[in-house]
Amino acid sequence: MKLKLLNDKVFKNILIITTSIVLLIGVAFFITLILESTSSISKFGFKFFTSTDWDPVFEKFGALPFIVGTLLTSFLSLLIAFPFTFAIMVVLGEYFTKGFISEVLRYLTELISSIPSVVIGLWGLFFLVPAVRFFQITFGLQPYGVGIFTASLLLAFMIIPYAASIAKDAMRLVPKDLKEAAYSLGATRWEVIKQVMIPYSRSGIVAGILLALGRALGETMTVTMVIGNSHFIPKNLFSPGNTIASVIANEFTEATGDLYLSSLIYLALVLFLITALINLLGKYILKKIQINH
Amino acid sequence: MINSILKIENLSASYDDKVIIQNINLEFQKNKITAIMGPSGCGKTTLLRCLNRMHELTPNAKVSGKILLESTNLNDNFMELNSTDPILVRRRIGMVFQRPNPFPNLTIYQNVLAGYLLNGIKLKKQEADEIVEKHLNLVALWDEVKDNLKKHGTFLSGGQQQRLCIARALAMEPDVLLLDEPTSALDPISTQRIEDLIVELQKTVTIIIVTHNVGQAGRVSDFVAFLYLGDLIEYGLTDTIFTNPKNLQTEKFLTGKIS
Ligand SMILES: Nc1ncnc2c1ncn2[C@@H]1O[C@H](COP(=O)(O)OP(=O)(O)O)[C@@H](O)[C@H]1O
Ligand SMILES: [Mg+2]
Repeated sequence: MKLKLLNDKVFKNILIITTSIVLLIGVAFFITLILESTSSISKFGFKFFTSTDWDPVFEKFGALPFIVGTLLTSFLSLLIAFPFTFAIMVVLGEYFTKGFISEVLRYLTELISSIPSVVIGLWGLFFLVPAVRFFQITFGLQPYGVGIFTASLLLAFMIIPYAASIAKDAMRLVPKDLKEAAYSLGATRWEVIKQVMIPYSRSGIVAGILLALGRALGETMTVTMVIGNSHFIPKNLFSPGNTIASVIANEFTEATGDLYLSSLIYLALVLFLITALINLLGKYILKKIQINH
Repeated sequence: MINSILKIENLSASYDDKVIIQNINLEFQKNKITAIMGPSGCGKTTLLRCLNRMHELTPNAKVSGKILLESTNLNDNFMELNSTDPILVRRRIGMVFQRPNPFPNLTIYQNVLAGYLLNGIKLKKQEADEIVEKHLNLVALWDEVKDNLKKHGTFLSGGQQQRLCIARALAMEPDVLLLDEPTSALDPISTQRIEDLIVELQKTVTIIIVTHNVGQAGRVSDFVAFLYLGDLIEYGLTDTIFTNPKNLQTEKFLTGKIS
């Protein structure tokens, strides 16, 4: 009896300790980011968010082009991914919940999500970039090939499996009772999907979209390879640009000055804040659309 | 006078080649309550789901035979349901399920109108209000929920939810209402209220109720059909069958020897 109680205590303490370690690392992570970026923060302050200069030679650093690039690629990729995600969600969530087609589609989407991002980047460079360039030449645009649009296309391809797999699970969780109630009232299959299944599973669908967005915001390798790495605010969706993650990845090794390094870490802090903000916003939306108020 | 609204001829149904009900012939009388009773698993739900063509929604489900519904068209007396659009069939034959299943994402008001919303039928505000009030009154729920129409129905008791589901089915103005053990998930008081309601409703709609509760069949129905292992064993006036069953299985079921 005593031994059992002791065991319980030990177990509880182990849990507390491990949890605290994880929390501590999280806090330490945040503190380090702030400490390391202090010199940049004190020099540029909030102007860091609005300035478009990124000039390592004259030690002038402003993050706006990268913030714009990050948000543009993320949301554009989400927009591109949406119809495909929706289609996969409906097909796997309602029409083929088991059987051959469901397995094949599931396998394919899982396969996509397991390709290393550098491989996707390479494929983008050798296939997608020339394709986009061809398109740009045909329509009389500047034939960059690389750029915001190309990066977003590639990102879309990468996030579809994530969003679709969560959204489809949500669709499958819709109680059979409710679907049957709708059928018994004379609804067609499409009406059942549209009016019963999607409203019922919307929090799952939004969760899938958020996860995809998180992935798109932080994805580094693929984006770096096809975005064109330009330090200017993109003029249009086909212009080259840069995202926060890809600037950091590109320039960290060659950052010589203290202020340069500190500014890159400041950038990391900004990305961290954007992600946190979007997550909070997502939580808020999820709460708003919960089924039972 | 015998006045059938729905007829079944040689109806058989199966799942994955497993025959569930076979060669059933039955006629349902207009504005009467017919109870389908029988032990669990004998095919009552399956039979009921054939009537509004819900059975065929299950993959690998098969039906054969004829189901005839009194036609709204004066020229033909009956229309065959197998050759009628299932959407139309289900609007004329409503259904209430074993467990109350109001739509949790809709308000009480919207739940009553769910059939219209789902089918994309536009209603004027006044028309919609009237339909809601009329049918909530019909199921004796209006006084209990009239101040909460814009709330979601999830806070209602099981019995209230089931009455809401009945109102939802009735709002489509069906000719026939199918009830699949509508009180099996409810407490005795709610059960009593629903039974009273069913008897009341027969003025407006023909009712077919599945139950494996002998008492319930006796209390509410005018006719009973006794189903056993997928066969229709006996059919007739409730009073006749309850007092003088012809078949031994029926008698055993009525006296609680098989269940
Ligand atoms: N979707 C299904 N697939 C295969 N068999 C089923 C399915 N639904 C019901 N059955 C079988 O059909 C038989 C009759 O079921 P049911 O009509 O629900 O009986 P009851 O309503 O009288 O209890 C049972 O043996 C049940 O296992
Ligand atoms: Mg049943």
